[in-house]
Amino acid sequence: MWEYTDKVKEHFLNPRNVGVIEDADGVGEVGSLACGDALTLFLKLDEDEKILDAKFQTFGCASAIASSSALTEIIKGLTLEEAQKTTNEDIAEYLGGLPKEKMHCSVMGRDALEKAISHYRGETEKKVEGEIVCECFGVTDREIERVVRENSLATIEDVTDYVKAGGGCGNCHEDIERIIDETLGRKRPIVVKPVKLTNIQKIKLIEETLEREIKPALKKDGGDIELVDFDRGRVFVRMRGACATCTKSEITLKHYIESKLRELVAPDLVVEEVQ
Amino acid sequence: MKEIYVDNNATTKVAPEVLEEMLPYFSDFYGNPSSMHSFGGEVGLKIKEAREKVAVLLGAAPEEIIFNSCGTESDSTAIRAAIASNPDKKHIITTRVEHPAVKNLCEHLSKNGYRVTFVPVDRKGRLDVDYLYENLSDDTAIVSVMWANNESGVIYPIKEISRIVKDRRIVFHTDAVQAVGKIPINMGEVGVDMLSLSGHKLHGPKGIGALYVRKGTKFSPFLIGGHQERGRRGGTENVPSIIGLGKASEFSANHLEEENTRVKYLRDKLDNELLYRIPNSAINGDRENRLPNTTSIGFEYVEGESILLLLNEFGICASSGSACTSGSLEPSHVLRAMGVPFTSAHGSIRFSLSVFNTEKEIDFIIEKLPLIIERLRDMSPFWKQSDSVLS
Repeated sequence: MWEYTDKVKEHFLNPRNVGVIEDADGVGEVGSLACGDALTLFLKLDEDEKILDAKFQTFGCASAIASSSALTEIIKGLTLEEAQKTTNEDIAEYLGGLPKEKMHCSVMGRDALEKAISHYRGETEKKVEGEIVCECFGVTDREIERVVRENSLATIEDVTDYVKAGGGCGNCHEDIERIIDETLGRKRPIVVKPVKLTNIQKIKLIEETLEREIKPALKKDGGDIELVDFDRGRVFVRMRGACATCTKSEITLKHYIESKLRELVAPDLVVEEVQ
Repeated sequence: MKEIYVDNNATTKVAPEVLEEMLPYFSDFYGNPSSMHSFGGEVGLKIKEAREKVAVLLGAAPEEIIFNSCGTESDSTAIRAAIASNPDKKHIITTRVEHPAVKNLCEHLSKNGYRVTFVPVDRKGRLDVDYLYENLSDDTAIVSVMWANNESGVIYPIKEISRIVKDRRIVFHTDAVQAVGKIPINMGEVGVDMLSLSGHKLHGPKGIGALYVRKGTKFSPFLIGGHQERGRRGGTENVPSIIGLGKASEFSANHLEEENTRVKYLRDKLDNELLYRIPNSAINGDRENRLPNTTSIGFEYVEGESILLLLNEFGICASSGSACTSGSLEPSHVLRAMGVPFTSAHGSIRFSLSVFNTEKEIDFIIEKLPLIIERLRDMSPFWKQSDSVLS
């Protein structure tokens, strides 16, 4: 069961502004049946471009409905200028937070608002911006870039939580990783082997290597790894998930993790598993 | 608010008589069945009795039953034992709709030197048995096919499949966690070498399972340790739970007829009334060949998590194959394997009944669910367009 805030529950059970505005000035449609959630937002404006009324129709889970309700409450009474500054964070915050896996619901709200505003301004339906990266959910590189930048996302999992990309077949994981790296200005793979590292630098580098090189590989098998301690060249790790019960984890450790760490951090490292 | 529990494929209530039977073995009779003194020995006798009761439910011999911790342990033990006893064979056959206990293990093995064939199902969830037979080879170490599916309730032709697999002298395992206690099972009539079952799906406690291993089947233990379970599963016996599983097996055997008459009637009533009252709804699965307690219904243009949370407001506990409830973004692998169209896959709800459900409870669901679906459809941007299709 999801840990929804009382505010999410309340907006789900009693959503505000459900419905259609027949003579709407701006309409924004996002999502699809195939994706599992969709939102249509209707805006009615006065002559000063102030939002007189906002209504929505949503197909989706409780947090999608609550996010739509929150969005309409936030923007009602604002001018378009003010409203378009609304971010997905604003929507999540209004609801007292959303489970991480549900952040895409707040992003959907923001996208619908942007589309409704473009529609009102008569901007031609923008062609899909950028190249489709995630085929399962039709997410482009531009969309991923933006959500990474705005929310400082660091992992594929984060991107999936926010825009769903990578949540289907998983074939695009490498591309997402590359976009994250490019957006955040990270370089990879780590090519430069620093000559003499302090212990702190080593620990940092080990953590980075685990995060970047080893965890994604283990995750494909449903496993995970955690750095427990580092002591004079000995790296103590704990296997989690499927790795913890896998009888082959010892082989995984010796051959894969150790060689990776030796290659990228220091050639004299020894990996040891702790329970 | 009293809950209406129709999520019995997830877990079941421990039957009162099961609990009563277990309790003294926490407090008064805490001896170790392996001990030499009669205080422990008495407990050993009680375990023997429990083993006999499980054997009776399966039509098996008591020495073919190994107690362990859960259905997942049974599945892992069976599959790993089969591949360990056939070290030269590198092929596994299973289905695309297995429980994660089998599915994820096989996917794991597929990355560790094994070739795995996942047999598909059709739109009604029926297994493509010909595909299975065509893929049997001399390299096949084990065929593992669930007896009944946890989501759709569809029952697979285990008798026929096991006969053909055994003709090829290949090990046959079935995950019968959802089938045991719900439909008659007789190991004398099928060619099953190993069968997994779980206590908490048949009104026993959680944390106890059993693996049936046919006499003469090559076996290697998953937990190596003491001589418990005749060396086939080390570790001090979970005495109260074993006794609970024994009693639950007896309970299930005694209620098997009720399950297939009264419970089936309630399930059919729920199906028929919901399909009649709610337009654009359909059953996921083969109605002719399902567990008597299970139904999965897809409601178009609404999303499962929303349905569940609104049902929850009325104290109705069900579950869903939709994406949002599990944290994944896609509908369950079972619904996808069945090719359930996405218009209804996201809005699929599973109801799984038990002998503890009453007709009044089912009537209450029949009364409330149409209102819930209507309320969500009124909110859905897709509903109006499709409305015209109906009228």
